[in-house]
Amino acid sequence: MAKEKLKFAFYWAASCGGCEIAVLDINEKILDVIQIADIVFWPVAMDIKYKDVENMPDKYIDVCFFNGSIRTEEQEYMANLLRQKSKVLVAFGSCAHEGCIPGLANLHNRKEIFQKAYLESKSTVNPEKNVPKTKIEVKEGVLELPEFYDTVKTLDQTVEVDYYLPGCPPPVNLTIEALEAIAKNELPPKGSVLAPLKSVCDECPRKKEDKKISKIYRVYEKVPEPETCLLEQGIICMGPATRSGCGAQCLKVDMPCTGCGGPCPNSPEQGSAMISALASILGLEEEKEKYSDEEVEKLINQIKDPIGTFYMYSLPASILRRKVMKE
Amino acid sequence: MKKVVIDPITRLEGHGKISIFLSDVGEVENAYLQIPELRGFEKFCIGRKAEHMPLLTSRICGVCPVAHHFAATKALDAAFNVEPTSAAKKLRELMYCGYIIYDHILHFYYLGGPDFIVGPDAPPEKRNILGVIEKAGLDIGKEVIKHRAYGQRITEILGGKATHPACGLPGGISKSLNEEDRQEIEKMAISCVEFAKFSLKLFHDIVLGNSRYVDMIKSDAYTLKTYYMGLVDVNNNVNFYDGKVRVVDPNGNEFLKFEPKDYLNHIVERVEEWTYVKFPYLKKVGWKGYAGGEDSGIYRVGPLGRLNAADGMDTLLAQEEYEVMYKTLGGKPVHSTLAFHWARLIELLYAAERAVELCKDPEITSTKVRNLPGEPGEGVGVVEAARGTLFHHYALDKDALVKDVNLIVATTNNYPAICMSVRDAAKGLIHDGKVSQGLLNMVEMAFRAYDPCFACASHFAIGQMPLTIEIYNHEKRLLKTVQR
Repeated sequence: MAKEKLKFAFYWAASCGGCEIAVLDINEKILDVIQIADIVFWPVAMDIKYKDVENMPDKYIDVCFFNGSIRTEEQEYMANLLRQKSKVLVAFGSCAHEGCIPGLANLHNRKEIFQKAYLESKSTVNPEKNVPKTKIEVKEGVLELPEFYDTVKTLDQTVEVDYYLPGCPPPVNLTIEALEAIAKNELPPKGSVLAPLKSVCDECPRKKEDKKISKIYRVYEKVPEPETCLLEQGIICMGPATRSGCGAQCLKVDMPCTGCGGPCPNSPEQGSAMISALASILGLEEEKEKYSDEEVEKLINQIKDPIGTFYMYSLPASILRRKVMKE
Repeated sequence: MKKVVIDPITRLEGHGKISIFLSDVGEVENAYLQIPELRGFEKFCIGRKAEHMPLLTSRICGVCPVAHHFAATKALDAAFNVEPTSAAKKLRELMYCGYIIYDHILHFYYLGGPDFIVGPDAPPEKRNILGVIEKAGLDIGKEVIKHRAYGQRITEILGGKATHPACGLPGGISKSLNEEDRQEIEKMAISCVEFAKFSLKLFHDIVLGNSRYVDMIKSDAYTLKTYYMGLVDVNNNVNFYDGKVRVVDPNGNEFLKFEPKDYLNHIVERVEEWTYVKFPYLKKVGWKGYAGGEDSGIYRVGPLGRLNAADGMDTLLAQEEYEVMYKTLGGKPVHSTLAFHWARLIELLYAAERAVELCKDPEITSTKVRNLPGEPGEGVGVVEAARGTLFHHYALDKDALVKDVNLIVATTNNYPAICMSVRDAAKGLIHDGKVSQGLLNMVEMAFRAYDPCFACASHFAIGQMPLTIEIYNHEKRLLKTVQR
């Protein structure tokens, strides 16, 4: 008897669509996927309603790939529902894994975001000071909009997650490896991140010479040497604090890693791991036993926008999580 | 009054939802297309490093990251008062061609095209890429997959990553192109020219060869007379990467031609309480509600908007096809919403031809790809995203941190027109309160022609959006639910 096909589900929450393109980028291998699995839920692609998922027996879905973060009540509901209906739930991509770039919205709340978009934006003319509402009476009847939450949450801040596929978006080879592991029933222990244990530095072909730096350059201020470590040239590169699997793609075009792969296995707080990596190589040009407060401040002040630099992809998942708002 | 809700579960700006209100006699009174999601980029980009903007804003859309990446990079060129080197401009344009190739193929074969290739009345489970393969053959399916991948590969070579590239810098691009990679890109681009020609032939055979489709394209339900906007080069030809913004009126006459930095003099946005997306219109004409014509400031962008706003295409084969389209559809401008598909294929051909030209340019492998920027200030960057004109506007402080951001994204420009197209399609197709399955397809087709960003994820392999129509009586009690 032929082996029974697996049942896959795909769902997106708050995301940009890049994770869907990343699946498409496995190209002709998508034909192999259809060989081993039936796709039983895929709202963008198939005519299966939430109601049909609600009617599925618990654990009916073998593997659910969930991309995007959680920002609305509906997304929260679907995360819970799919958790209940799936044997294996995979947080697919940086948004589900860590909150990603849209998670930087946790530096603000709904009120501030609305204020900017609808009242203060340069091209907006809004003398009545209208902002979108959840229930609106129009001439012909009533329209409703879902509520916009103050905070972006990761998938595992919402439900239990079995595996994580990191990256913005996940690199094609990692997606293919994960699909192969599923097909062969060779998935690692639950809770694993489906990516190499190494850091981006381990995959980066650039030479490291254990040099100290005293000056930090912004990427546009300096044309880097093509073959040596960017960090050792004074350009902040998140490589030491970021999980590999991408093949150091950004470095191939002479740009630093900005950290989309998330933290390395042994230091799950990516931002602080990078701050510590930077602290170990940043210093004054002349060797000194002890730095004055003024000297330290001067060195540190070279680092602009530390939140956006060290937590570009991981703010919601970090120990910081969000900015505390005072009314 | 009845209320009909079409709730397409789509992506990018979240789920799009259409509510159609019927009068007591069952005729369409009005329709609302609501976009129920917002992510707040204009707020949380404030305080970030200027050089991070091409990375941050590309996450607005993972389907068209290259458009945001370079709109941001160009805004930084302007803000830092630096002119990119000539080779850098060409490399950016080459990568841009790769992006247009990938995105237009995606739309034509995976999303919009199946409506025609498989047929608008075909069952929903067939109107998708698999249905296309079934109808056109597996070999063609493989060619589609291959050429879409070529577009992505071009971006990957030049940008580091295909989705969310890393190469844009004020004053240039981070890396030059070596000869080996140039040859690879040239080979792919030449193949894409052939594939674009094939796609046009397919369109001619299947769509234009069928009088029913042609009648549908020309029908009132799919006709909307508006202004059109697009970037043009010095000869008023279509250009994706650079140029001036040109606007033509509903009669096809030039109405405006302006430098991107002056966009605030020409475009304003209004806010409605029933949706999270804003409604742009032409300042000079003003907002006159959801109406077309010369007195209404509503304009359209994207493939048809660009072709209407320009005088022609800058490459040989694309220009030939441009002429054929206007001849067939009765001259300029073309107001048929469904002609977006044809325009899109003409642009695919142009992008492939232009990529070949750029590969043959001796300067393309020059290593002079960066000029160092000046002092930080304020700047506007404009490109033509696959879905239309895209504006990024930043103000930087003395540390080159972002002080202010304003964005008008491609689909937003089309939002007022999409609302009208959906309403008009519904008006043409709902009578006596009768809502049929075919209607759902037709209304969907009206907005899918624009390739709207909030439907981006339906670009996906099996490309169908589930829809729900809910019909309410005048007491707003649910009478009937139509689903597929």
